[in-house]
Amino acid sequence: MNDPLLEVRDLRVEIPLARGVVHAVDGVSFSVGAGEALGLVGESGCGKSMTLRAILGLLPRPAEISSGQVMFGGIDLVAMAPRPLRDIRGRSISMIFQEPMTALNPVMRVGEQIAEGPQHHLGQSRRSARARALELMRMVGIPDPVRRARAYPHELSGGMRQRVMIAIALSCSPQLILCDEPTTALDVTIQDQILKLLLSLRKETGVAVVLVTHDLAVVAETCDSLAVMYAGEVVETGAVGDVFRLPRHPYTLGLMRSVPDFDVVRDSLASIPGTPPDLVSSFEGCRFAPRCQFAKQDCLAGTFPLRVAPGGRQTACIHDEECAEAARRDPVVSSA
Amino acid sequence: MAAVTAPLAADPLTIPRARGFRHRWYRTPSFVAGLVIVGLMVGLAIAAPVVAPYNPDHQDLEHILAGSSAHHWLGTDELGRDEWSRMLYAARVDLRVGFLAVLFPFILGTTLGCVAGYYARFADTLIMRLVDVVVAFPFTVLIIAMVFVLGPGTRSIYIAITLVGWVSYARIIRGEILVQKRQEYVLAARGAGLGDRRIIIRHLLPNVITQAIVFSMSDIVLDILAIVTLGYLGLGIQPPTPDWGAMIADGQQFLTTKWELSTFPGIAIVITGLGLSLLGDGLADLLRAE
Amino acid sequence: MDLASYVLRRLVQMVPVALGVTLLVFFMIHLVPGDPARTILGVHASPQRIALLHKEWGLDHPLWVQYKDFMDRLVIHGNLSDSLIYHESARALIIDRLPPTLWLLGYAAVLSVVIAVPLAALAASKRDALRDQTVRVVPLVGLGFPAFWTAIMLLLLVALHSGGFFPVGGYGSGLPGHLRAMFLPGLTVALGIAPILIRSLRASLLNVLESDYVVTARSKGISERRVLVRHALRNGIISMVTVLGVNIGFLVGGTLVVEQVFAIPGIGLLMINAIFQRDFPVVQGITLAFAIMVVLVYLTTDVLHALLDPRVRFD
Repeated sequence: MNDPLLEVRDLRVEIPLARGVVHAVDGVSFSVGAGEALGLVGESGCGKSMTLRAILGLLPRPAEISSGQVMFGGIDLVAMAPRPLRDIRGRSISMIFQEPMTALNPVMRVGEQIAEGPQHHLGQSRRSARARALELMRMVGIPDPVRRARAYPHELSGGMRQRVMIAIALSCSPQLILCDEPTTALDVTIQDQILKLLLSLRKETGVAVVLVTHDLAVVAETCDSLAVMYAGEVVETGAVGDVFRLPRHPYTLGLMRSVPDFDVVRDSLASIPGTPPDLVSSFEGCRFAPRCQFAKQDCLAGTFPLRVAPGGRQTACIHDEECAEAARRDPVVSSA
Repeated sequence: MAAVTAPLAADPLTIPRARGFRHRWYRTPSFVAGLVIVGLMVGLAIAAPVVAPYNPDHQDLEHILAGSSAHHWLGTDELGRDEWSRMLYAARVDLRVGFLAVLFPFILGTTLGCVAGYYARFADTLIMRLVDVVVAFPFTVLIIAMVFVLGPGTRSIYIAITLVGWVSYARIIRGEILVQKRQEYVLAARGAGLGDRRIIIRHLLPNVITQAIVFSMSDIVLDILAIVTLGYLGLGIQPPTPDWGAMIADGQQFLTTKWELSTFPGIAIVITGLGLSLLGDGLADLLRAE
Repeated sequence: MDLASYVLRRLVQMVPVALGVTLLVFFMIHLVPGDPARTILGVHASPQRIALLHKEWGLDHPLWVQYKDFMDRLVIHGNLSDSLIYHESARALIIDRLPPTLWLLGYAAVLSVVIAVPLAALAASKRDALRDQTVRVVPLVGLGFPAFWTAIMLLLLVALHSGGFFPVGGYGSGLPGHLRAMFLPGLTVALGIAPILIRSLRASLLNVLESDYVVTARSKGISERRVLVRHALRNGIISMVTVLGVNIGFLVGGTLVVEQVFAIPGIGLLMINAIFQRDFPVVQGITLAFAIMVVLVYLTTDVLHALLDPRVRFD
C-alpha cells in the first residue's frame, strides 16, 4: 500500500472547562489515501468534529491538541508553526462546514468569498479569480452563476449555500477536503443532490475526502472506507462494504441495527441502551462496555487500542469474532 | 454469549453542578467585591450621625479652607464646615434618594412591560410608541427640564426619574415576556384555565424579573449621577442638606487653592458607581449560570 | 425593497413619534404646579404681567386650542414663543448658539470612537487574557464618573497646567482655536460615553470573532490580518454604528454640564441660563431641539445600518 495522504496518529484534544478537563478526542488514529473517501461516523459528542478541526488547527478556544501527530505529505501538522500551517489551509487541505447559513460571511457577496482563496494562495488577480469563481460555481451546479456571484448568502437557498461552500473548498484544487456533516442541516432531497455532487466532483478531480457524519446511509453512498468513533476514540475501521456486512465492534453493530433498512425486514427497531459517557471522567476498561451486549469480565479493565483484524480491518473490541458471528446470523444489510 | 446485564463498576461520575444562588454567591468575585463596597458606603451613610465628627452645618470659623488635620480629616470648606462630615451626610441623602428613586420606574416599567408583552397588539403598539417618544429625548436633558418645571427638590426628582426612567424596564420586561409566553409552562397554565393576571404574576413575572433586577443596579448609578448633576446645578437636593453635587459646585471656585473640596465628593461618587456596577455584574453572572 | 422606500418607511414610522414629542414638549408648561404664568414669572410679578403672559400664551383657552396654536407656530412658522428675557424668538436664539454645541458633539463622537474601538479590539483579541481583564475594568469604573466632575478634574489636571494651550473656557476662534478649546470639553463628553461603547463593542467583536464564518475564513488559509479586516471588522462596524447611534442620548445629555463648566456658548449653556432666568420658552425650545437632534441621529443610524448590512432591506 502506498503512503497515505493523511495519517492521524493517536490524536488527543482536551478542553479545559470549569467542571473539569473534557477529553474530547482521546487517542484517534486513522489514515486516508490519495483520492480516497473516508467516512468518520459516530453519535453527536463523540469527538468527530473536533478531530476534523484539530487536523487544520482550527479548534475553538479553549480546546487544545494535547498530544498526537497529523502527518500530511511527510510533515506533522500538529508541530507546524502557524504561518506554514496557514499555507496548507485552503490550498492543500480545505474544509466544508455544517451550517452554510452561519459559515458564510453575511455581508460579503458569495462570488467574492469563493474568489478569496485563489487570490491569496494562487496569487491570481481579481479578474482571473472572479473568472475562476464563476467556473467553480458552474462546476458545483449553481445555475446562472454570473448573477448569483453577486448575491449575498441570505439570498440563496440552503442547498445553494452549501454548493458555494463546496466551491470555496475546491477553489485552490486541494488534495484533501474535510467535510463536517455537510448535509445534516439540509432537507432530505437537497442532501441527496449535494451527496451526488460530492461523488461526481471526486471522480472529476480525484480529491480525497474525510466525511464526518452520524448518518450511516450517507457513508454507504459516498465513502470507500470508514472509521467508527465512540466517546472520543476510533473503535473500528475498514472498507465500507466489509464493515457493513461484518461489523467487528458491538457499537458498530448497534449503530447499524438502529437504522431502518427497507431491504431487511426486522421485527423491531433496535436502539443501543444507555447513553454515551461523560468525557470528563477517566475510564476503567472499555468505554462501551456498560452498554454492550457482548461485554464480559475482561472488558472491565485495561485499555483497548485498535488492533489489526482479518481483511485489512482494525477493531478495538477483543470479542470481535462474537460480534461478527452475530452479524452473520442476523445480517444488517441484505446483500454484499 | 450471555450478556452482562448487571451495572458495571466503570460507570463514569458526572460532577454535580453547585446548585443555588446561596451556594455560589461568595465564590463570585465581582459580586463579593461589589457587596463589600456598597455595604461599606451604605454602612457609613447610615451611621453618619454616629460616625461623623461634626454636624454638617457646624461652622468652625477658626478653620476656614483648612487643610487636613487631626480635627478635620479632609479639611474644611469656605464656611468652616468639616468636609468629611459633610461627605458622610451627603452620602446619606444621595444614596437614600438614589436607591429609592429606582423603585418607582421599576414598578411602573415592569407593569407596562408586562401589559405590552402579554397582551401584545394594540397595548404593545401604544406602549412602545410611548417608549419611542420618551427615548427621543436625552435622559439628562429631560430630567433637568422636568425638575425645572416641577420646581427644585427631592419630590420633583422622584417624579422626573419615574416619568423618564420607566422606559428601560418596560423594554426589558416586554422582551422577556414575549419570549417566555411561548414556553410550555405558560401554555399549560392557559390550558388549565388560569386567568391572565394570575399567569402574569405567579408564573411569568418570577422568570422575567431577574433581568430587570440586574439592570436596576446600573440604573441606580444613573439615578445617582442625575441627582448629583441636579445638585451641581442647584436644582436638586436643596441646601442646607449636603449633596455631593452641590459640594463639587461649591468647591469649584477654590480649584486652584483647595482642590480637595471638589475632588473628594467626586471620588465618593465614582466609588459608589464602581460598587454598584460590580454588584450588577456579579448578579448577572450568578443569575445567568443558574 | 430598495433604500429609498426603506427610508420612506422609517420616516413614516417617525411621524407618531414626532407628534408625541411635540405633545410632551407642549405639556411641559402644564406640568408646572399651580398657575404656570405666576410660577414662571415669580412671586414678585405684577398681576398685569401675569395677565399679559396668559394672553400671549393663550393659557385661558381650552387645551386643544392651545395645542393647535402651538403646532401652528411650530410647523408653519418654525417658531415657539419669544424668550422672556431676550425678547426675541426662541428659535433665533437657539440657531445662533447651535454651532458650538454641534462642534462639541462631533468632536466628542470622534474622540469616543478613537478611545473605544482600539480598547475594545484589544480586549476582544484575546478573551479573558490580562489585556481583556484590564480593559473590562474601564467601564466598571468609568460609568460612575459624573460628567461635570470629569470636566472639573480635566480643568484641574490639564488645562490649568497647560499654560493656556488648552483654554479653561470658551469656544476659541478659527479652526485651530476651536480644535484646542473644544478638546478638553469633547474629551469629557467622550469619556462619559466611552465605557458603554467599550462594553458593547467588545461584546459584538467577540461575537463576530467566535462566529462560524470567521472559522471558515481561517480555514481558507488567508492571512489573519485579512480575516480581521475583511471578515470580522466588516461585521463589527455594523454593530458599532448601531451602538453609537443608540447611545447618542447620553452623548447629548453630557453637553449640558460640560458647556457650563467650560463656558462654551452653546445651547446647553443657553438652557442652563434659561433655567436660572426662568425663561420658559427657551427651555421648551431647547428641549425640543435636542429631541429633534436625537431623532435625526436615530434615523441616520438606521439608514447607515441599512446601507452597510445587506440583510436589512429584506425585512
